[in-house]
Amino acid sequence: MHKETPKINYTDKVIEIKGLTKSFDENDILRGVDLDLYRGENLVVLGRSGTGKSVLIKIISGLLRADEGIVNVLGQNVSKLTPKELQQLRLKLGFSFQNSALYDSMTVAENLEFPLVRHQTNLTRRDINRIIDVVLDAVGLAQSRDQMPSELSGGQRKRIGIARTLILKPEIMLYDEPTAGLDPITSIEINKLINEVQRRFKTSSIIITHDLTCARSVGDRLVMLLDGQFQRQGTFEEVFDTDDERVQSFYNYNFID
Amino acid sequence: MRRYVTTRRLDRAFLELYRIYSFIIRFFKEAFLPPYEFKEIIKQCYEVGVRSLPLISVTGFIIGIVFTNQSRPSLSEFGATSWLPSLISIAIVRALAPLVTAIIAAGRVGSSIGAELGSMKVTEQIDAMEVSGTNPFNFLVVSRVLATTLMIPALMIYTMFVALMGAYVNVHQHELTSLTTYFGQVFSAISFLDIFSSLIKSFIFGFTVGMVGCYKGYYSSKGTEGVGKAANSAVVTAMFLVFIEELLAMQIINAIRAM
Ligand SMILES: Nc1ncnc2c1ncn2[C@@H]1O[C@H](COP(=O)(O)OP(=O)(O)OP(=O)(O)O)[C@@H](O)[C@H]1O
Ligand SMILES: [Mg+2]
Repeated sequence: MHKETPKINYTDKVIEIKGLTKSFDENDILRGVDLDLYRGENLVVLGRSGTGKSVLIKIISGLLRADEGIVNVLGQNVSKLTPKELQQLRLKLGFSFQNSALYDSMTVAENLEFPLVRHQTNLTRRDINRIIDVVLDAVGLAQSRDQMPSELSGGQRKRIGIARTLILKPEIMLYDEPTAGLDPITSIEINKLINEVQRRFKTSSIIITHDLTCARSVGDRLVMLLDGQFQRQGTFEEVFDTDDERVQSFYNYNFID
Repeated sequence: MRRYVTTRRLDRAFLELYRIYSFIIRFFKEAFLPPYEFKEIIKQCYEVGVRSLPLISVTGFIIGIVFTNQSRPSLSEFGATSWLPSLISIAIVRALAPLVTAIIAAGRVGSSIGAELGSMKVTEQIDAMEVSGTNPFNFLVVSRVLATTLMIPALMIYTMFVALMGAYVNVHQHELTSLTTYFGQVFSAISFLDIFSSLIKSFIFGFTVGMVGCYKGYYSSKGTEGVGKAANSAVVTAMFLVFIEELLAMQIINAIRAM
């Protein structure tokens, strides 16, 4: 279960967030979030449903705008970028969506080449096919190449979603609940895949989850979002070593079934 | 409290207007600048044009027959049934063909664009394109609006022809007019301005249907009911706008004729 120790560079921050706030109408979701992601690290973000975990990574990727605070990604302030610059920055981000968000009118291969052919226009058909094979192989789904997303299982869709982001060789991966709705065995395979991606593609990742098995097996460091702020952080053991009832119930309920 | 609610509504309305305005501006900016999504444009043209043919053929033909049949009694009262071809051709070429084509396109194409983009929005596929550094607006919106703008005029010409054929079948049955005499009368009744203005109108209708469908889908609200709403309001709004545009176009063309 335990992963080998990855190479993390604690002097190099790839994401740096300070005092981030975000509210929808009168609803304060994030209330002063501070967060650093170091190069090579897998950071797990824990938190109950509706606490704003997805909102957080959508702000990091520029899909939503922060109300206040600074969000630096690879040294660039996301909210100050022009659309062109944001587009360039996004090439270095991989975003795996909570519901996979595969393009359901396209085959798996077309899903994968969609970002590729739009960014590297000088590739030949043969290059494209080779790159597709490499990423499909990395997620272990070489046989699904010509299937439609509707023909895939939930776990396979997650994998293809991850493959689609890997194809541009991102430096940072953002996983939104990679194991939600999957059976325990498939979940473990996804966890292995996340660690594999970290090692093979040398990515730094934020993994959002409320699955503690996932948190324990992929996280080098964990943070927990409570009341719009990160209130606990550290290793798995450190985060849950507290009398705070909210943290304890989060732990306990995860193992009641 | 009441006042607060009204100003808030007003704010929303202005925000919506601004969003529509930027949507249209963005279309023109991206339609004329590379990169071009040729493959998607062709695919959408096929989708809009070829897939609408069966429905348009049947509707156009039947409208030709029915309209001719219903016009006959009033003309025959004056013993003027020989005017039928000219009367019908003017009605078809100036108004019926563009309107019928646009209405059918709004119902068939507008709703499916609204539903398709709406469900892509709801399932975060549009966000996924956005974060992969590609341009979903160019891929989805520009291609579809171009397709409707180009194909609806083409369909309109086809509808004209089919409706005129429907009318011919009815005229031939009752008045025993031959095909050459019939088309001779048809073409002497209509002018270049008639066809040209109908074409221009159809471009505008096509643009409207595509734009409304895309806008409603692109900004559809979250949740499954958002998709249904997007499809539904795409049709209703597009039809409403098409009729308003028809009314305006009629005034303008009449003014041109009077010159
Ligand atoms: N675009 C939006 N407009 C309005 N409210 C939003 C929007 N996006 C998120 N919210 C609200 O922000 C809150 C947090 O949403 P978010 O999706 O980040 O939750 P989450 O922590 O990811 O939960 P889950 O674990 O269920 O995915 C929710 O209450 C949601 O209603
Ligand atoms: Mg979420």
